[in-house]
Amino acid sequence: MNETSQRIQPAPVRKSVTVKAPPSRAFEVFTSGIGRWWPKSHHISAADLQTVIIEPRLGGRWYELAVDGAECEVGKVLVWDPPERVVLAWQLTGDWKYDPELVTEVEVRFIAEGEGFTRVELEHRDLERFGDRAEATRAQIDGPSGWGGLLQLFAGVAAQ
Amino acid sequence: MAYPERSFEALADPTRRRVLERLGAGPLPVGRIAEGLPVSRPAVSQHLKVLKDAGLVTDRAEGTRRVYQIDPEGLGAIRAWLDQFWAVALEAFQAEVEKDEETDA
Repeated sequence: MNETSQRIQPAPVRKSVTVKAPPSRAFEVFTSGIGRWWPKSHHISAADLQTVIIEPRLGGRWYELAVDGAECEVGKVLVWDPPERVVLAWQLTGDWKYDPELVTEVEVRFIAEGEGFTRVELEHRDLERFGDRAEATRAQIDGPSGWGGLLQLFAGVAAQ
Repeated sequence: MAYPERSFEALADPTRRRVLERLGAGPLPVGRIAEGLPVSRPAVSQHLKVLKDAGLVTDRAEGTRRVYQIDPEGLGAIRAWLDQFWAVALEAFQAEVEKDEETDA
């Protein structure tokens, strides 16, 4: 490991909400029913968002379906433990694009609370990886296939 | 709210990451941050300005010096963005779960 491996660890984003439903229902609506509540204003596809789908199993895809039928990846299921816990890989960058190399974790816990209530605790962590990927993306742009390479090619042609 | 892309851009620079790591241990004046870094003090000031604009660090005057520290909220803009997003999403989720419950009742 090089010296940059000692990094700033930003605090995870933590949110919780208590819903009037048992854990099994809260889990089901959060996962299989995600298309019914996911904010429609946020989408990756060029076309309008039709729905969002989480395949209900370990390793399942998490993706968007646009009105034109196009599918865009959001991430995948890392832990599938109904009705208590699900961990999703969130693989969208800050400009809302899918990056297969970026994996940040969203853990959601469903905790029974009183008669028919569930506390849903969400933690979105590994936020420092957004920074890592920004650096990698820039390295690609600076790399042989990016603008730098193009300029070298141009220099070579010009020198002939 | 700061735009998240600015945080990513700010973090993409290795020197700026070094500056942030140095501030990880606590607030420091510019002179101390610059010690041991392979860039000039004015360059460090410039990097600090970028970090500040991206919402990653804050500064305050201490006598004649300017002291910088990491935004106590963490990596400001990234967290602000996700915090806001999940707040809106969970509110919609709650409404949906409870709507279901009423339908079934």
